[in-house]
Amino acid sequence: MTTAPAPVPGRPARVRGPAQDVAGLGVARAVGFLAPALLLIGAFLVFPAIWTIYIGITNYRLTGVEAVSPSIVGLANYTKALNDALFHNALWLTVLFVLGSAIVGQNILGFALAWTMRRARPAVRRTVEGLVLLAWILPSTVVAYLWIAFFDRDTGTLNSILGTQGTAWLIDYPMVCLIVFNTWRGTAFSMMLYSSALQAVPPSQLESARMVGASGWQTLRDVVFPHIRGHVLTNTLLISLWTANDFSPFLLTKGGPNHESETVPVYIYNVALQGGELGYSSAISFLLLIANLLVALLYLRLLRRRS
Amino acid sequence: MRRISRLSRLAVLGSATVVLLTGCLGSSGDGSGDQDSNRNADAKKVELTIGSNSVKGGKSSAGATFTEDVLIPKFVEAQKAKGVDVTVKFQGDGSDDEVYKQKLALSLSNKAGPDLFSLDGIWVGEFAQAGYIKPLTDTVGDAAKVNDWDGWKQIPESVQQLGSFDGKRYGVPGGTDGRVLFFNKKLFQRAGLPADWQPKSWDEIISAAQALKKVPGVTPVQINAGTAMGEATAMQGVLPLLVGTGATINSDGKWLGNTPQLRQVLDFYKTIYGSGLGDPVLQREAKGRDKSFAEFAANKIGILLESDYFWRSVVEPKEGVAKMADRDTAVGYALIPAGKPGAGVKGQDFVSMSGGGATAINPNTKFPQQAWELLQFMNSAEMVKASLNGAAKITQRTDVNTEVLAGDPMLNFVATKVLPITQFRPGLAEYPKISAALQQATADVVGGKSADAAAKSYQAAVEAAAGKDKVTSS
Repeated sequence: MTTAPAPVPGRPARVRGPAQDVAGLGVARAVGFLAPALLLIGAFLVFPAIWTIYIGITNYRLTGVEAVSPSIVGLANYTKALNDALFHNALWLTVLFVLGSAIVGQNILGFALAWTMRRARPAVRRTVEGLVLLAWILPSTVVAYLWIAFFDRDTGTLNSILGTQGTAWLIDYPMVCLIVFNTWRGTAFSMMLYSSALQAVPPSQLESARMVGASGWQTLRDVVFPHIRGHVLTNTLLISLWTANDFSPFLLTKGGPNHESETVPVYIYNVALQGGELGYSSAISFLLLIANLLVALLYLRLLRRRS
Repeated sequence: MRRISRLSRLAVLGSATVVLLTGCLGSSGDGSGDQDSNRNADAKKVELTIGSNSVKGGKSSAGATFTEDVLIPKFVEAQKAKGVDVTVKFQGDGSDDEVYKQKLALSLSNKAGPDLFSLDGIWVGEFAQAGYIKPLTDTVGDAAKVNDWDGWKQIPESVQQLGSFDGKRYGVPGGTDGRVLFFNKKLFQRAGLPADWQPKSWDEIISAAQALKKVPGVTPVQINAGTAMGEATAMQGVLPLLVGTGATINSDGKWLGNTPQLRQVLDFYKTIYGSGLGDPVLQREAKGRDKSFAEFAANKIGILLESDYFWRSVVEPKEGVAKMADRDTAVGYALIPAGKPGAGVKGQDFVSMSGGGATAINPNTKFPQQAWELLQFMNSAEMVKASLNGAAKITQRTDVNTEVLAGDPMLNFVATKVLPITQFRPGLAEYPKISAALQQATADVVGGKSADAAAKSYQAAVEAAAGKDKVTSS
């Protein structure tokens, strides 16, 4: 602790200035340690992102002449997107999907569950949490097929429960089905997050609220929310982004019928692989990325305002 | 200051990367044209893979079973006799046709993919333009050897189109088909309709459907529509109807736009799906076509426009995906009538469309010569006959057809009555987009739009796909 490293003979650099020396070694070491991570990030994040931006300004296609000799078309794909009714449709459906299933559905249901479970016996609480978490853990393909079976017109359980024989839910109300599906699937995450958030609310404050006779809603609004506001924002940001980029609508409806449930990720897939238009789909992917960034910035701003 | 310099460094990095990528993208697809077609010609140990959209126990099961259990062992044996040790793998797939096409195109664009693969006749143009497949004379080289194959003489010119593009052979066609109206004789009897039904106009289809509507729990008629059905909408829906109005989808180098004939077809859809004669929900389901097969087999659909594939592989009593044990007595078939007698293309009373696929060789195969040998073997009279395994199917080979079709009245009907009046789709690279526009137009009508409004949107879509000057309208 007290002894400084003795200067090593024959190594004048060390004597000249320890600070400079340490910095020099540190950079080399840092680069060495970071290299694998940087390489991975470069190969799997930066390169694909730049590649996508580049493809987005070409007319690159999966088949045909443009597959061999694509040409740069500038911003043509972006102007096309501006005038593309199907893209507008997809955007609107994505907003609806995020609003309905993430911002409203998962948030409210997740919070409600966390709030109810707060005072349950630990055994009950663990069981419920475990069950809800299943929805989050199961692979989305498996879950999607369960829900397809559930919604099916001829053999689906939903029709038997509601007595709505012959209703083709996935065809007649595809967006409702998707919102229900995603709410169900994502609620677990919100519940877990809110469960831990609620533990941060001082019991004494809840107790005082109870003593002054505050109603449930008043307690929530004036005591609980101020404490978990950050959690709400973080959670909403995360689930909104996940939902906006979620591909599971494809598993349920393939974006159909007739584009009625074609959210942006599904539209990108359909344009790229059904239509073979890789250039155009890359441009739309980039637009989706920008939209995601804007949403993230908005939330960060809200978070900062709080602090 | 510092911020700006960091930004500019990023910009330099970014643009350098883009320049680098430009080079990459531009070069893709090149460099395979000058491959030596005789590479590994004398190899004693050979590995080949056959790719096909069929799978044992699933999609087109019979074809996959034959390839794995008969074709491959026979070929391996034949090669062994020549002192060559061949391993042939079968890479089966059971996807929707569009999905299979994407998978194939993606692997071919990466210079991978099976050595031989089957592809739909209408993809040949797109794949050829992308360089994913090359004329057989390029891939295999030695032009004489390819063109001298005695099999070509047995394959009719029209059928050869399925594997050709721009007048060059890219693959060997694998048979063709024809479309008819299938009907359920049991339901027809209950509706008081004749067992030897043959409508002579669209009106007669409608009146039969109206009679069927009185039978409870029955969807009278099912004609593919909408985008969920994909190409099935074009082949088992719009196109056969369109030729029934006297029009073809592409004539004199121009695509058919918003014309009276197109509106007539859309009106027909409107009549069926707007008045409860067809099930509009079925048209919008992702698995609608499969469901309609199952419903037909369960005696719930009266009339279905389908290809002979339906007879061979769907309601086929033993191997079909929706088996009907009593197929031969319960399923009737009739020619598709023109809108009105004589109103069809070339003044015909009855019409049809045909399709089919081809098997091509991957230009990047390690063993082009052996792949060509396998392709010839696969299409030899002996193997084509063996592939039928006693069943009948319209094959690519005339010599086989004359022998095997006599045993199956339905397929004989297609070969003798339907093929002479049939039409093929244009093998042009724009076709898939036009087809998509047709699918959308029918989807619009089934979804409630007027035929006029749907036809207008269709015109815009076709103009966007092919260019304004290449579209007719009136």
